[in-house]
Amino acid sequence: MALLETRNLTAFYGDFQALYGIDTTLDAGETIAIIGANGAGKSTFLKAIAGLIRKSAESVQFDGRSIGETRAADIVKLGIALVPEGRRLFPSLTVEENLLIGGDGRKAAGPWTLDRVYALFPVLKERRFFAAPTLSGGQQQMAAIGRALMSNPRVLLCDEISLGLAPIIIASIYASLPLIKAEGTSVVLVEQDIIQAMKAADRVYCFQEGRMSLTGRPRDLTREQIHRAYFGS
Amino acid sequence: MTGWLDALIQGVLLGGLYALFAAGLSLMFGVMRLVNLAHGDLIVLAAFTILVIAQKFGIDPFVAVLVALPILFVVGFLLQSVLLNRTLGRDLLPPLLVTFGLSIIIQNGLLQMFSADTQRLRSGAIETASIALGGGIAVGVVPLLTLLSAIGVIVMLNLIFYRTRIGRAFRATSDDPEVAQLMGIEVKRVFATAMGLAFVVIAIAALYLGLRANFDPTIGPARLLYAFEAVIIGGLGSFWGTLAGGIVLGLAQTIGARIDPEWQVLAGHVAFLVVLVIRPRGLFPRAQD
Repeated sequence: MALLETRNLTAFYGDFQALYGIDTTLDAGETIAIIGANGAGKSTFLKAIAGLIRKSAESVQFDGRSIGETRAADIVKLGIALVPEGRRLFPSLTVEENLLIGGDGRKAAGPWTLDRVYALFPVLKERRFFAAPTLSGGQQQMAAIGRALMSNPRVLLCDEISLGLAPIIIASIYASLPLIKAEGTSVVLVEQDIIQAMKAADRVYCFQEGRMSLTGRPRDLTREQIHRAYFGS
Repeated sequence: MTGWLDALIQGVLLGGLYALFAAGLSLMFGVMRLVNLAHGDLIVLAAFTILVIAQKFGIDPFVAVLVALPILFVVGFLLQSVLLNRTLGRDLLPPLLVTFGLSIIIQNGLLQMFSADTQRLRSGAIETASIALGGGIAVGVVPLLTLLSAIGVIVMLNLIFYRTRIGRAFRATSDDPEVAQLMGIEVKRVFATAMGLAFVVIAIAALYLGLRANFDPTIGPARLLYAFEAVIIGGLGSFWGTLAGGIVLGLAQTIGARIDPEWQVLAGHVAFLVVLVIRPRGLFPRAQD
């Protein structure tokens, strides 16, 4: 049975429908990537799972339970953590406080502690007592991932972790993913950087204007298929 | 010369009272971005609460306030969760209107129950006790306790905000309520807790309000004005700034009164305007916002 599943997931912003019946599955230990152009509904998909957008109870299943109507503050307690788009660290908190607050929400035994996060991203330890906004973009992204890991999630949702970063920084952030997966965490990546996404993911879903346009294993998909699923036509 | 030195000392002590008025307001704005127009009336309401407890059980106001603290914490918690949480959102107008209405309800409710008679918290000899500093200057024990309490409250609030988990949650929720939820924080409960804490500060402010001078149900709005001025002089969101703001206001008033007694209140408002012109974000603004 899948660890996390969406069934006919639809989502609205007021009258605007952002998602039209999305079906996805994520097995334990698996990494999936959601790709698609701007406005395809990728971030909405993650926000819906994280409980920030209202939808029907049955549309999200986690570990055999319907969690579609569970509130965001309770979703994290179940073991689903979101790394939000644009990092969104708390500016009045230090780097270390940002990490600690990630662990406040869920008291679950697990591999991730302050020391383990600092071992994964040593630069954060050097900057631990600095205010979050003083970090560079790449360091902020590391802190945002570390903050999510502090709740020892079973599922880590990553929204555009390459956004606005230099290629060398993106590579170093993606280099941390295998270490996170090695702890048994399942990962959902939302990415515009298709090459990174295809390298990191076991399976790929492509969204186009709120609908699923393609799904498969990276090695089975042709460039031509992806192009069509991404841009339409 | 002695007269001026005396004015400075009394001004700093008076500043302690204004800082107490302002600290609760600063806390509410800092965490919830709530501009509470009923703040002065809530202080008066707390003063009546202390008065009733003191009279009913025949105890000293300093003891009565200890009884009042947990009660007012619960009142604040409920006020936020039942009423004020519903008003918070992108629009700034609903909380202004609701707290304005609350102000009118509290004033008239108190008038109905206690009449317009002036009241006072009675604590015996301590009310008039003073300590001679030599050179013809003396400081009152109650004003001194007011300032010390204000400093104590500010230290306590800073410890809570910067050394505890709930304080971390206060700051994170104030920064970004949406992401705070992703950390498992119940935003509404955090707000209610912050309001409960603000009511504790209000109770302490009310104790000194009632000990230092007479009060009646209608004096709230003027206290609100002083509290606002202290918060804005100090810079929004900084507790030490709020203390400094209270002291600036207190000093301006006593110095103004020293020049001409009619200038007391005016001098405070002028000092406020001068700070706004020179430092529009206050003396100790937060780094961001």
